[in-house]
Amino acid sequence: MKIVVCIKQVPDTKGGVKFNPDGTLDRGAMLTIMNPDDKAGLEAALRIKDEYGAEVTVLTMGLPKADEVLREAMAMGADKGILVTDRVLGGADTWATSTTIAGAIRNLDYDLIITGRQAIDGDTAQVGPQISEHLDIPVISYAQDIKIEGDSVIVQRQYDDRYHVVKAKMPCLITALSELNEPRYMTPGGIFDAYDAEVTTWGRKDLKDVDDSNLGLAGSPTKIAKASDKVRKGAGEKVTLDPEEAVNYIVDKLTEKHVI
Amino acid sequence: MGLEEYKGVFVFAQQVDNELSGIAFELLGKAKDLAKDLDTDVTAVLVGSDVKGLVDDLAKYGADKVIVVDDPELKDYRTEPYTHALASVINEYKPEIMLVGATAIGRDLGPRVSARVATGLTADCTVLEIGDFPLNPIPGKEQKHNQLLMTRPAFGGNTIATIACPDNRPQMATVRPGVMQKIDPIEGAKAEVIEFNPGFTPNDKYVEILDVVKSVSDVVDIMDAKILVSGGRGVGEEGFAMLRELADVLGGEVSCSRAVVDNGWQPKDLQVGQTGKTVRPNVYFAIGISGAIQHVAGMEESDIIIAINKDETAPIFDVADYGIVGDLNKIVPALTEKLKAVVK
Repeated sequence: MKIVVCIKQVPDTKGGVKFNPDGTLDRGAMLTIMNPDDKAGLEAALRIKDEYGAEVTVLTMGLPKADEVLREAMAMGADKGILVTDRVLGGADTWATSTTIAGAIRNLDYDLIITGRQAIDGDTAQVGPQISEHLDIPVISYAQDIKIEGDSVIVQRQYDDRYHVVKAKMPCLITALSELNEPRYMTPGGIFDAYDAEVTTWGRKDLKDVDDSNLGLAGSPTKIAKASDKVRKGAGEKVTLDPEEAVNYIVDKLTEKHVI
Repeated sequence: MGLEEYKGVFVFAQQVDNELSGIAFELLGKAKDLAKDLDTDVTAVLVGSDVKGLVDDLAKYGADKVIVVDDPELKDYRTEPYTHALASVINEYKPEIMLVGATAIGRDLGPRVSARVATGLTADCTVLEIGDFPLNPIPGKEQKHNQLLMTRPAFGGNTIATIACPDNRPQMATVRPGVMQKIDPIEGAKAEVIEFNPGFTPNDKYVEILDVVKSVSDVVDIMDAKILVSGGRGVGEEGFAMLRELADVLGGEVSCSRAVVDNGWQPKDLQVGQTGKTVRPNVYFAIGISGAIQHVAGMEESDIIIAINKDETAPIFDVADYGIVGDLNKIVPALTEKLKAVVK
């Protein structure tokens, strides 16, 4: 069985966020981590590998330095790493990103594609379902449990007030929730091997059945009109009070505002 | 693609178990504003099995037209038949704007539909308005008018971006639940009803639902509460009983931060924040909540924010209208007792 896991190197949102003059992210200037939902997706793939045997390929699209995240994945146990990088792919929205990744995956044999539900930088949750549409395969989003049964997957698909137990024939795409599992650590031997492991690098010419007009900033239907730091409402009053005074203070405010 | 062929503001009227979701009404409320600015009308797209009975409710909340796609294959939500339904409606009726709720359904349906009809999709919008793109004229570049400008938070709420989709139609957005306002219902309102069935032939993409497991807890929707008493890590697992008492006295509900859900103290349905729910009650008590940006993103629109925290440097005080530095374990029970006397 062959599994492709799509992972993304994301800025650690605890650090600062920096922009290019055109409003897109200056990814080179920020500290990075493997996106948490993607890491859960990778762990799910590695558990399938442990239980049933599988070849796990990790694929990422990004700057050349995104090979770091592939090596991290290989140190956890992924077999192969593919980096899709090209200047013409930069500034892509979710449409252009999913078109690019689908174009890369068309070169691969796969039974299962796993992506994270969403990345912590964009929070869109769009790229996984859009890849599945471009590849014309079923998608099961928001997976909280994954099992393999013959040529099918059985997945618990989370909703707001319920979950569905869903069965889909492979090949299919699953988007993983962080709740799915606790990702393993890299092993020392794994780190050593991953450092030397070969990462395959693909560019524009390696994408299959993709039109130039659907790539990069120019091929993105959505355009950024403006981006800025969030302006928050300012702080109100702050008081340090003993409990009895605090109670009177709150009751006064609630009365003043006609809440009580 | 002739962009001018595309007319009207459409909303996906989400229903679950043949009951309309709150987001359907919220989207209609916003769609009415947008339609007014564009001098066009509002169409709700109702997809499901045996759902025609819901049409009048949609009319009451602002739908001028309702397109009903009714088929037994559409009983429970599944990506493929719902995508086929909505994409077929878009291809047939050509809306200029298509709004979908950013729910666990809409955030799956929206991207799949947008990829099928080859247009852009902006996720989790919190502000929608009609304006020009680019916002200001740029020499040598056409400035397009009457564009949908979609504003959304990103980077865990650290930034906001305004996005347009100038060259593709429809302009699609998913919209955060709890942000847009529904209108006061218009009693007796009627909508023009259009029945449309593009045909549903199961294939491998029609996944099989083996089981539907509903959450057993009959928790209320915190998005509907006028008063929320919200607890964070500082409250401790046992402390939630005390928050419940305070909420009861005020006729409010209890909610919580992500740390509380991660610790397994309270169910996910009660979580406020970027990865939980967006709430805007009249009064939001933030008790023992430090106020991480991802939490603040889900509650900062509350009318009045009252924070109680022993750490005077907690970022929650930066958004609180009234911040009290003190011991919540003493203040909360005393406040409950006092309010019992005041609120009769």
